[in-house]
Amino acid sequence: MTNLKLVSANVRKDIIKMLELAGSGHPGGSLSSVELVVSLYFKHMKFNAKNPNDPNRDYFILSKGHACPVLYAVLAQLECFSPDELCTLRKAGSRLQGHPAKDKDLPGIEVSTGSLGYGLSIGAGVAAGMKQVKKDNKVYVLMGDGEQQEGSIWEAAMAASHYNLNNLCAIVDDNGLQIDGFTKDVMNVEPLSDKYKAFGWNVIEIDGHNLEQIDNAYLKFKEEKQKPTAIIAKTIKGKGVSYMENLAQWHGKIPSKELIEQALLEIDESVK
Amino acid sequence: MVETFGKKATRFGFGEGLVELGKENSKIFVLGADTISSVAINNFKEMFPDRFLNVGIAETNLLGMAAGLAVAGFIPFVSTYAVFASGRPWEQIRTTICYSNLNVKIGGSHSGLMVGPDGATHQALEEIAIMRCIPNMKVISPCDLIETRKAVIASAYSDGPVYIRYGRESTPIFTQESTHFEIGKANILRDGKDVAILACGTMVYESLMAAEILEKKSIKAQVINIHTIKPIDENAIIGAAKECGAIVTAEEHQIYGGFGSAVSEVLVKNFPVPVEMVAVKDKFGQSGDGMDLIAKYGLKDVNIAEAALKVLKRK
Repeated sequence: MTNLKLVSANVRKDIIKMLELAGSGHPGGSLSSVELVVSLYFKHMKFNAKNPNDPNRDYFILSKGHACPVLYAVLAQLECFSPDELCTLRKAGSRLQGHPAKDKDLPGIEVSTGSLGYGLSIGAGVAAGMKQVKKDNKVYVLMGDGEQQEGSIWEAAMAASHYNLNNLCAIVDDNGLQIDGFTKDVMNVEPLSDKYKAFGWNVIEIDGHNLEQIDNAYLKFKEEKQKPTAIIAKTIKGKGVSYMENLAQWHGKIPSKELIEQALLEIDESVK
Repeated sequence: MVETFGKKATRFGFGEGLVELGKENSKIFVLGADTISSVAINNFKEMFPDRFLNVGIAETNLLGMAAGLAVAGFIPFVSTYAVFASGRPWEQIRTTICYSNLNVKIGGSHSGLMVGPDGATHQALEEIAIMRCIPNMKVISPCDLIETRKAVIASAYSDGPVYIRYGRESTPIFTQESTHFEIGKANILRDGKDVAILACGTMVYESLMAAEILEKKSIKAQVINIHTIKPIDENAIIGAAKECGAIVTAEEHQIYGGFGSAVSEVLVKNFPVPVEMVAVKDKFGQSGDGMDLIAKYGLKDVNIAEAALKVLKRK
């Protein structure tokens, strides 16, 4: 059995290292999503890294596309592509674009994302398609909490429930921060659970860094027969790197060389 | 006289094309946004209810779900009024659909001034410009019912995103089942060596009428139906410029960034000749009878003929 805590630590280190080499990118929201994504790919999703376009796969849509370092790191851990390629993040000619790019043919990228608010509609479309052909492929969409301010999310939320897309799982990485500060100050999205419930969703609230709670949430989603599922996962932006945690300024900033060293040490310490 | 075979709105050609596709291809999926009868996709819904979704009045989700269906391997067609199909979800079309080169086909119904009494809010006059500037997007503006049906069917088998622009009002049918249709290939409808009139959509018929007017003044006008605005048939445009030495473009669309601009881009790079553009001149539409508006905004056959006379003086 893979030690997901260890995998999560390695993914965190890869995120830090690739962002250092890139010189730009989004550490905060990548680090807050780690356990949610690791649990999916290593335990819950039907996904064959050697055949990422397998028609029987489950689909993962990274609606918060700026957090792509976490996805790239996980796909590299699974050897979907060579981990060496992580060094090319954000460089000209790279398949690892600053936001996921379908046209660069990086294995495991379903669709280009990065403009916030689009993923839930895409996921609902995939889910509706799977229902039509009576296949049980599941669809996972990872969003941010700030992203919930986008109106298109709620158009999709309405449709997913109207069409009983119980094969659709929305995951909100609820780290409480966006570029301009705390989400509650910039434009409050709470009560998020109540909103999704009112839209007809099966809502599960968890600690988004607790692997056991994440595990249970994905299991509950798979058992749901009627409604789409929203997992509202409370997380910490910059989780795992003490000086980044809960600070909006680390949304899109790269630490100095010394701070990078400190981050890698802290992550190593966390799994000792 | 221009030979016609009755009148019927191009939107019904879109709907007929979808039904035909639905019968032959189980991957065809259709999505509507509360306007399904008026954009004539209701027949598809009745025949293939399990491959149809109405998303309600929610156009960003309309395009987003279509994108997802394409990711899942379907060939989704969406249709609603052109303003709402192309304008509101423009960024979904750009960033989700075109950037990923997804196989989504967009039907913009009720385009142009001819939609009439509803006024400027509902008269789409900008889609050619805002669709053709996006990489990977193809743009088709068919000239009548039969050509619209052919465009729908051809688009299903042309990989990647396609935008098809058509209308609500009854317009003359003047192409035939046997008329060749190929995305990206213009059709020369009338030969002539004095001036070439290049048109798309509803203006093709007006251009043929204009050629009749010019004939009476002993001016031989060539008329070319350029139904595909992107990728545009460069050879046909360059050929017309070489043969006639003067070009008129005609479109039921804004003058900036539309069909006339697309033709001019080809000419300035390859074979510059004088061009006159018949189009809506940087103005919003207004309420009124469709054909009255066409006349009021200078998009009638007489206006095209006038433009021809003007461009001939610049030859």
